[in-house]
Amino acid sequence: MKQHNDGEPTMKDNPEQAPDSGNRSLRLGLLSLLVIILLWEVLARGTGWSVHIFPDPLTVVFSFVELLRDGTLLRHTVASLFRVTAGFYLAVCLGVPIGIVLGRSVNARSLFNPIIQFLRPISPLAWIPLAMLWFGIGDPPAIFLIFLASFFPMVVSTTIAVQNINPTYFQVAANFRFSYQETLTRLILPAIIPDVVTALRMTVTIAWLVVVAAEMIAVQSGLGYLILDARNALRMDYVMNGMIVIGVIGLLLDNIMKRLGDVESSKWGIQAR
Amino acid sequence: MSHIRIDNLTKVYMGRRSRPRNIHDPEEHFGDNILVLNDITLGFEEGEMVCILGPSGCGKSTLLRIIAGFEPPTNGTVRVGGQVVSAPSDQSIFVFQQGGLFPWMTVYENVGLGLRHIRDAATKHERIQEYVEMVELEAFEDYYPHQLSGGMQRRVELARALAVNPDLLIMDEPFSGLDFLTHMKMREEVVNMHEFLRKTTLVVTHDIDDALIMGDRIVVLSGRPSAVKLMHALNFPRPRDFEKNPGLSRLRSEIFLMLGVPYAV
Repeated sequence: MKQHNDGEPTMKDNPEQAPDSGNRSLRLGLLSLLVIILLWEVLARGTGWSVHIFPDPLTVVFSFVELLRDGTLLRHTVASLFRVTAGFYLAVCLGVPIGIVLGRSVNARSLFNPIIQFLRPISPLAWIPLAMLWFGIGDPPAIFLIFLASFFPMVVSTTIAVQNINPTYFQVAANFRFSYQETLTRLILPAIIPDVVTALRMTVTIAWLVVVAAEMIAVQSGLGYLILDARNALRMDYVMNGMIVIGVIGLLLDNIMKRLGDVESSKWGIQAR
Repeated sequence: MSHIRIDNLTKVYMGRRSRPRNIHDPEEHFGDNILVLNDITLGFEEGEMVCILGPSGCGKSTLLRIIAGFEPPTNGTVRVGGQVVSAPSDQSIFVFQQGGLFPWMTVYENVGLGLRHIRDAATKHERIQEYVEMVELEAFEDYYPHQLSGGMQRRVELARALAVNPDLLIMDEPFSGLDFLTHMKMREEVVNMHEFLRKTTLVVTHDIDDALIMGDRIVVLSGRPSAVKLMHALNFPRPRDFEKNPGLSRLRSEIFLMLGVPYAV
């Protein structure tokens, strides 16, 4: 009943006001979530599976509160986020400059592209044995794996972004006697920002995917470890808790990157007025 | 001594293939090399507006790009103000066919592009403002190029070029892609600007009427490989009108014929 009342004015206002359409899509999103939870409940009841194999939503909620209270969840989340931040940050700081060099210099491209294209399709997970051997146990191997996973997409998208800059702009720069530094800061960087922001958005998702896998092997903390540990204890409700937190944080990370893309300077004023 | 001297300018584009394809090659390929400009010698006076006409693909734009220093000639030299052109310089500003504005900079920032060396902020602001007003875009300073119409974008580009006070203004088909009315207005603006500033201006166009209305001098190039077919000073009074000026009208028919259209419509 209440939902129905909420729904009506939204539909009426929709054509006039943009914010309302955002509200509406949010509401629809929540609705689909609700349906999934309902289905889950029905399935959990209907199949008659044991709680150890297929916990129902309520059990998961209770154990979620439990994990939240004793701080386990927070500790593991922080550990995971730290690794992702470190690895991702390293990858961006190295990948973007290298991508710019590769995009601008044909020689550099001929020299390094074969190596990059050869290493790129190798899953970061294939590096696990080497990473553990080289960096031991703890944060470094996990950070290394996340770095590997995010580095190549960043380099490749930056290279493509730089190559796609309209050559006319470089002629304008030459015409107005830009120095190398000015060409970089006033032409190349602003020109690639929109593409790089998109790449960041894609890559942070990959990094977040990989951290969980990395934590299942080399470390004693993090959401990946939580899931693995819970599986060993046959606590599927904890496993689901871990999954839920991973999903929510993935959503948040994507949102942050999307916000970054909304900054006016990165959109060249598109939709600004 | 002319302001711009072009001596025996030849440009060959190198292809990948080096062996000759065919002895009886109508387009005169040398192997895969294409002769674009063939021994062009021209001289323009200071302050002239020169319109360069020619069939499409004849190398008009290449000629302009060599004069601007974007491309080296294969043979021959280009001198602007006595100096041999070897690299782009802010003394010869190129106004691009379209999309030469930096889309990440506002109108104000774009116009100020060539004024980066001015240390004093107030002087710089005044100068930018002067040129923004000259093309009648005040109140649009904070707009980004894609928020402006095509004609406004061309005017910003013109303001940006003029702001550095170059010796030479080079325009490659400045009116292409504009609708008819904007084209006419823009043409009038360029002519007025030239009357006012008397800056040496080279305009490449494929529009014969544009060339005859605007130019102090007209150059007709032949098809590839380009050679000078006609160079003619236009001493007609302005504003020019084909109907009131039989000489201009006759010249127009001649040029139409020269470019392969027997009946000027």
